[in-house]
Amino acid sequence: MTVVVPPPAATVDAVARNRVRRAGRRRAVITVLAVLVVVAFAASLMIGRTFYPPGDVVRVVLGQEVQGATFTVGRLRLPRAVLAVVAGLSFGLAGVTFQTMLRNALASPDVIGVTSGAGAAAAFAIVFLGWSGTAVSVTAIVAALAVALLMYALAFTDGVVGTRLILIGIGIAAMARSITSWVLSEAGAWDFAEALRWLTGSLNGSTWEATVPALVALVVLAPVLLVLTRQLGALQLGDDTASALGIRVDRTRVVAIVAAVGLLAFATAACGPIAFVSFLAGPIAARIVGPNGSLLIPAALVGALLVLLADLVGQFALGTRFPVGVVTGVLGAPYLIYLIVRTNRAGGSL
Amino acid sequence: MTLAPSPSPTPGAAVAQRLGSVRRPRSVRVLWLLVVLAVLVAVMTTSVAVGSRGVGWSEIVAALGGSSETIGEAAVTKRIPRTVLAVVVGAALGLSGAVMQGVTRNPLADPGVLGINMGASLAVVVGFAWFGLFSATSIVWTAIAGAALAAVFVYAVGSLGRGGATPLKLALAGTATSAALISFLTAVALPRGDIAESIQSWEIGGVGGASFSGLRTVLPFLVVGFAVSLLSARALNSLALGDELAAGLGERVVLARGVAALGSVLLCGAATAVAGPIGFVGLVVPHVCRLLVGVDHRWLLPFTALTGACLLTASDVVGRIVARPSEIDVGIITALIGAPFFIAIVRRQKVREL
Amino acid sequence: MSDTHSLTAEQLTLGYGDRTVIEDLDLVVPAGRITAIVGANACGKSTLLRSMSRLLAPRGGRVLLDGRAVHGMPAKELARTLGLLPQSPIAPEGITVADLVGRGRHPHQGIFSRWSREDDAAVAAALEATQTTALADRAVDELSGGQRQRVWIAMALAQHTDVLLLDEPTTFLDVSHQIEVLDLLTDLNRTRGTTVVMVLHDLNMAARYADHLVALAAGRVHAAGAPADVLTVDTVRAVFELECRVIVDPTSGTPLMLPIGRHHMTADEPVAAGGRAG
Repeated sequence: MTVVVPPPAATVDAVARNRVRRAGRRRAVITVLAVLVVVAFAASLMIGRTFYPPGDVVRVVLGQEVQGATFTVGRLRLPRAVLAVVAGLSFGLAGVTFQTMLRNALASPDVIGVTSGAGAAAAFAIVFLGWSGTAVSVTAIVAALAVALLMYALAFTDGVVGTRLILIGIGIAAMARSITSWVLSEAGAWDFAEALRWLTGSLNGSTWEATVPALVALVVLAPVLLVLTRQLGALQLGDDTASALGIRVDRTRVVAIVAAVGLLAFATAACGPIAFVSFLAGPIAARIVGPNGSLLIPAALVGALLVLLADLVGQFALGTRFPVGVVTGVLGAPYLIYLIVRTNRAGGSL
Repeated sequence: MTLAPSPSPTPGAAVAQRLGSVRRPRSVRVLWLLVVLAVLVAVMTTSVAVGSRGVGWSEIVAALGGSSETIGEAAVTKRIPRTVLAVVVGAALGLSGAVMQGVTRNPLADPGVLGINMGASLAVVVGFAWFGLFSATSIVWTAIAGAALAAVFVYAVGSLGRGGATPLKLALAGTATSAALISFLTAVALPRGDIAESIQSWEIGGVGGASFSGLRTVLPFLVVGFAVSLLSARALNSLALGDELAAGLGERVVLARGVAALGSVLLCGAATAVAGPIGFVGLVVPHVCRLLVGVDHRWLLPFTALTGACLLTASDVVGRIVARPSEIDVGIITALIGAPFFIAIVRRQKVREL
Repeated sequence: MSDTHSLTAEQLTLGYGDRTVIEDLDLVVPAGRITAIVGANACGKSTLLRSMSRLLAPRGGRVLLDGRAVHGMPAKELARTLGLLPQSPIAPEGITVADLVGRGRHPHQGIFSRWSREDDAAVAAALEATQTTALADRAVDELSGGQRQRVWIAMALAQHTDVLLLDEPTTFLDVSHQIEVLDLLTDLNRTRGTTVVMVLHDLNMAARYADHLVALAAGRVHAAGAPADVLTVDTVRAVFELECRVIVDPTSGTPLMLPIGRHHMTADEPVAAGGRAG
């Protein structure tokens, strides 16, 4: 460079202050969300037909024997609450990854059929093949990946186009849902509880056997996505700009899709496709964080909070015990419509 | 100075060109009409003859004559209303989809995709659960009201913002609304054991439980729906050219569109009331028919009714055969046939037009 | 420093699907100068630019940066030398100017590296250079077209590349904003020595602002050189199939092209044969 005009120190300081302030806001939001998740987690261990005080819960979690609580909290509530957190984090993280990558809030995996595909495969494996545990998880992940790749291949005519991908996803989602319905109606007696698990998601009957694979997947795959944070941020600027910034666009996208689909599939195999969590977490996180950096971690936390709270509401607030997916579905739908209305009005990315 | 107009086509010329390229000779249309009628007779016969229990021709003939003495004859007697229902519902959905695509000028419009059938379903379940509406006529009225509400809502949401009701926006609004309605439906039905039993039939449509009395209840609604829809053909032809041009041709755009939409909603609401939500028939049929007879709605609309009847009846037969001795609801079959078709349409469209 | 960066295309053939857009094209971009690429619609201008920035792999031939093929270079390394501003970049909803400009620092950051004082300085310099410092906290989607384009250029500046490619940076801008953007690019070139290559629609703007003008026709370079040599009646006829007059622009001394249509001619103007050239 022949001449470099050094910028005024005041401007550099202003830029730095601006950045620090935005990062600070984001950190504060993350901290508050994390605290809320912990509180909701504790609440779901304490609340139930019998209330156990925090002391009892802590002792059970630490492995001590407490009359009654050891079974109720340790065997029933703990796996359920852990699964709620794991599934929420997974759905939130995967959802916001898809939304960021496809540059459209509506392109979340539950709108475009990836989650329904995993749900259909899991239901098939359980009902027809009599499988359980890891085999079901593997089936779900294979199906979800197949759906994602099929969608990608079908949408690829001259370069993948987001719009087309979303519409094709809607078609695939419809097919997957009808396959699930068919599997369930073939199961002989229409087992309503089981059906709801695979259609809308449910934490009823959560066990450690179902939770552990999802937890392992989260531990392995979440870091992959977090490492890609900056690349995903650049992809938001369009493929060309991202590429000009030195990003391997296709490679980033494939890695992100595989990781996100993996998260979704393992969580879905454990508790069904909990309606709208993937879809809601990102936009809610965006609302709270504002334009202050990556949404991956905030969205994951929002997802966990949503599942925990919706499960509490579904179990105890409504008289009848509703599965968590029905609650998130009913809560999520108006928000979805609000979002469509708002985006349409702004002439946004639709 | 020469004043020869530039060769840039005037709207009129473009339209003439467009219509010219898709106009089919009358003979071709009549031929296709005969083919479709033949297919319809064939699938209806198959539908009566085929099922989980095999029956002989003599039994079928006897059953058609009103006898139900042997088990075979009794089975056939049950298949007759089922076949009639499939034909009627298929015709209603096919026609409803064609009108909807015409009204919205949107190739992805379909009572299922747009969530309108689900609106009818939810309305019926809410009617059961909260208002004790169990009489056959009140079910039809609620279904139609639900369908109309859902249609207005989805169209309003989908047409906000830039570019009006693009296929993408409408399809997304419809899917979102559908998903919302299913969640509400589950939430309403779940605490009530009496309804929860039959909830499956309100989430997936089927024609298995058909009876002539049920058909008789919806028949007046369907007749009005068919009449209104078919009479809208000319208006839909004008609307196909765009609102401005249609108004320029003397069409009262808002009125014409409202009337046609009403006919379409009547059809799919009544169909849902008697058979539950069945998707994709209204999507697939008009596209196939346009290939056969062109885009003139005066031919297209009756054709979609006939083809819809063929498709739904055939799907029902397939559902009865592939999973013997049990049956697959026709709503599942149509989704499995229709969704790939939907994807094919999306792939054919230019992105700009989505 | 930038004088050492050479950007050339050798026997480049480009296409999409079974369509060939650019065939056997040779091009030398003069270092430290402003180059404008002009040509009729669909003549391959943007395609050429995309290929020079590695977005499109060549069918044949190669693009060389300092003698190395750009399509073989590590993505980040290339992005530290060569920047591209696409025709319609996408701003995520609600993103602020400072954040967007900061995204330009990506090629200079490692996976785990933290934001440095140097990054802040680069962003500040980019904001200053484009006079967008006052906008730093505003959301990009609420800016005017001209402001938005300056912000995008600021992002490309924060990337700190010695070569900058721009695909029609003035489309969708009214005439005063066009001048604003082109003046800014000239400033950059004069003060930093940045090599600028841009595709432009407007022949007269291209002739005024470019040191080196490249006219493409049918996927080949029809003429290249100083604007006064390239922008001639013959070139315009060959490249655009248009009759015209070329005069000296009284404000800048560069060539100015005046198109001749079938109407609105003074008596002394020769009437174009057949109404349309060719």
